[in-house]
Amino acid sequence: MPLLHRLVRTDSAVIFFTIDGVPCEGRAGDTVLTAVLCHTDRLRHSEFSGEPRAGFCQMGACQDCWVQLASGERLRACTTPLAEGMHIVTTRGRSHG
Amino acid sequence: MTRRIDCDVAIIGGGLVGSSSALALRGMGFTVTLLDKGFCGAQASGVNYGGVRRQGRPPEQLSLSQRSHAIWPRLQQLIGIDGEFLRSGHLKLARSAADLASLEQYAADVAPFGLDLELVGHNQLSERFGIGGDVVGGSFCPGDGHANPRLVATAFAAAARRAGAEVLENTKVLGATRLSGGFALEAEGLGVTARIVINSAGAWADSFASVFGEPVPLERTYPSMIVTEPLDPFLGVNIGIEGGGIYARQVTRGNVVVGGERAAPLDDPDYSRPRSDGVLTIMQRASELFGPLRHAQAIRFWSGTEATMPDRNPVIGPSATTPGLFHAFGFSGAGFQIAPGVGEVLAELVRDGETSTPIAPFAITRFSPASQPGDASQAAMTTGSKETSP
Amino acid sequence: MAERAPPLIVGAGPAGIRAAMTLVAAGLRPIVIDEGYACGGQIYRQPLSPDGRDAQARYGSEAAKATRLQRDFAALGAQVDYRPNTLLWNLRDASADSLRDGVSQRILHDGLILATGATDRVLPLPGWTLPGVFTLGGAQIALKAQGCAIGKRVVFAGSGPLLYLVAWQYMKAGVEVAAVLDAAPLSAKLHLLRALPLAPDIVLRGLRMAAELALHGTQVQLGVSGLRIEGEGRVARIVYQTGGRRHAIACDGIGYGLNLRSETQAADLAGCAFRFDPRDRAHLPVRDSSGRSSVAGVYLAGDGARIAGADAAELAGERAALALLEDRGLPHAPARAASLERRLVRIGRLRDALEAAFPFPAHWGADIADDTLLCRCEDISAGDARRAIGHFSLTDVNRLKAVTRIGMGRCQGRMCGAAAAELLAAQTGRDIGAVGRLRAQAPIKPIPLAMSLSVDERQHDPAH
Repeated sequence: MPLLHRLVRTDSAVIFFTIDGVPCEGRAGDTVLTAVLCHTDRLRHSEFSGEPRAGFCQMGACQDCWVQLASGERLRACTTPLAEGMHIVTTRGRSHG
Repeated sequence: MTRRIDCDVAIIGGGLVGSSSALALRGMGFTVTLLDKGFCGAQASGVNYGGVRRQGRPPEQLSLSQRSHAIWPRLQQLIGIDGEFLRSGHLKLARSAADLASLEQYAADVAPFGLDLELVGHNQLSERFGIGGDVVGGSFCPGDGHANPRLVATAFAAAARRAGAEVLENTKVLGATRLSGGFALEAEGLGVTARIVINSAGAWADSFASVFGEPVPLERTYPSMIVTEPLDPFLGVNIGIEGGGIYARQVTRGNVVVGGERAAPLDDPDYSRPRSDGVLTIMQRASELFGPLRHAQAIRFWSGTEATMPDRNPVIGPSATTPGLFHAFGFSGAGFQIAPGVGEVLAELVRDGETSTPIAPFAITRFSPASQPGDASQAAMTTGSKETSP
Repeated sequence: MAERAPPLIVGAGPAGIRAAMTLVAAGLRPIVIDEGYACGGQIYRQPLSPDGRDAQARYGSEAAKATRLQRDFAALGAQVDYRPNTLLWNLRDASADSLRDGVSQRILHDGLILATGATDRVLPLPGWTLPGVFTLGGAQIALKAQGCAIGKRVVFAGSGPLLYLVAWQYMKAGVEVAAVLDAAPLSAKLHLLRALPLAPDIVLRGLRMAAELALHGTQVQLGVSGLRIEGEGRVARIVYQTGGRRHAIACDGIGYGLNLRSETQAADLAGCAFRFDPRDRAHLPVRDSSGRSSVAGVYLAGDGARIAGADAAELAGERAALALLEDRGLPHAPARAASLERRLVRIGRLRDALEAAFPFPAHWGADIADDTLLCRCEDISAGDARRAIGHFSLTDVNRLKAVTRIGMGRCQGRMCGAAAAELLAAQTGRDIGAVGRLRAQAPIKPIPLAMSLSVDERQHDPAH
């Protein structure tokens, strides 16, 4: 169940990416946060409690939306534009999942 | 209005040395006043790297270091928390055959002290410890480890307070004078008289030593630390490198602490901050040495103010000029592990005028060959008011 | 004599843009670094790519200001050395360390204008980390910059003018706004009468928004307390109290905030002196009416120095730039400067009235339940903090940080710092201004260990 609901840009160019291996479509102009949360309801899990997190401030301040790519690279979802072929991993938390 | 305190022992500096002394002295029944110009454990004791390491110390420190080694596993009983002490082992890496030879030589030199050092070859480094990169071998000390200095330093002071020490923070000692039979210390709105004074003022200790006619060549040094976001566990041991350069440990929560290079003092030289070029160098080096750091983020840098002596040994022991005054400072960036032992040693010196642990190499007189070693017994005292000279 | 290095402006929001324009008009070519991908700051944030909406749809009543500001900045063109997507991660003697696309670059500068803006001020609530809970600012950014709603049936809670503005914007966008839960009691709203003569348009617009929300079926509740967010793995409802009674509202998205907090890390690293500000209940960098900080050559403008809003930020940015020009021995339009300062005083009075009408419920920080997460980054609960305060006899917030890790995580206390201070003050019976302030530490935000280094592009030494 998505957390965010797209009101505009519904016909913008499609950007293909994956969430935990599942192929997904985002739209040109999406941040990683928007693209992921238009499909599902979490970005990551707390390293300590394992509880799901889905960002908070959306302006690069709270640092609660750092996600990992399959390559190991980490990025802050709310300030990173979605790019074609990103393989985003939300299940991997430190010593969880 | 000036508050007056009279006590057996006044301790200047609430770092780990001062607060562990305070705790040990309270255990012996002395009345103790612990004074810190800021917050206890907020300077070098609390902001150091957190290595609890015997390996690599010069042989003259190892008796003291072994004494401390016995204290670390007892922190829970002693100060109420374990301080996140982890007996992880300490692995010192060699980047060249010459460095490896130097590690081998060290292992031979300190064999009598029982550190149980184990030399590890290149292949074993990656198999056992996951260390890759440009290293030829290492020396492993299984009984060493690491701990959280912010907790340990603060908890020793809190334990001393709970044990009945008068702990006065934000209380800068402005004047110290020798009176007949004791000392008078002055702070803002406060006067303390004490028969014994311990100078454990860290990077500020030289000014107190000077007051009593014992100038020392103390230099301030500023370590530079970075810490990463929490990561999956990959580094089970505390890592150092022969010849220095970089050191790293991963805490149970997953953050990796990496130290190396030097920070720079701010306009107020009591404070310092890592230099950008220094942290850039260390971050780069760390990400090359440890694969899992390649994609990691650094979330915080910090520094502290440490007192370093020219021979990199501390000053520990009685003053040569002033009976009743004891010094313990100048740990040269390696005080964390031995500090709890130093606290016990100082308490013994206060009570007995002597200690079972050899500390002669740390005499303050080594910096003033002209002066004679002081007679520690002159300053000795037991619980209660009477002066003793056993 | 070596050519002087250019001034550096940090932030391309209203304050930074006006500062840049002022410096350019005086013949300088400032460097402007900004974390955003386009200028405008958070208030006038632009979308990553055109989304079919015009400025009116995006910024509402502020459309004209937003458009003018963005157009003015674009018109500067190559007269500014503009570096978007660039993080300032450290400041040291006359140089700044920046990060862009994985490359760290040292920037030598002569004169530094910090226009670092603000983020939402929050206090922890039970359930505040659940997916679907965003700050008010975050909820607004989702809508204006990404064209997304944070839920299908949403609740906005907290305090501050943004509470009603964001709720109204969501309503206008066609989203069901179930409720606006305002911490402030009706009595506080009487302060709006004080604001009315100062800025009738702003006050009346706010009242109209509240009325339209109510007409649209949104419950508008004043004086709420005991907020609690519940749900399994995501937001399902919000629980609150009014007049001693508990209520619950089902919803799938929540916007929450308690007005704004200044982003002061850069000023701290620049060595600026700080002072406790009773109105904002925060330690803020000291500055004079011109924007000069306690450090020569460092100027502060906009919400990053003290919350005053976007209009004030524009004026303060220009004023700070004039101060820089004066200090550099260039023509600096003293009459204009005096006029800007007069207008800033007037806006300051308005802001004071607004802050009184939307008061910060500080007791929410003091009263956080022990099992509520205080620090999101490090997963430290309020109970953990209270136990540490007792066990170690703590009185200073930096010591609390040292022993509990509160404020030590990725966000460095941006989200939990206010609460930690309120809780510490309450437990120790101290004034909130007497528990110290969390000292900023570099890096200002997380940076990768593996960065490339850029050669210093400027060879000349900064003037001293």
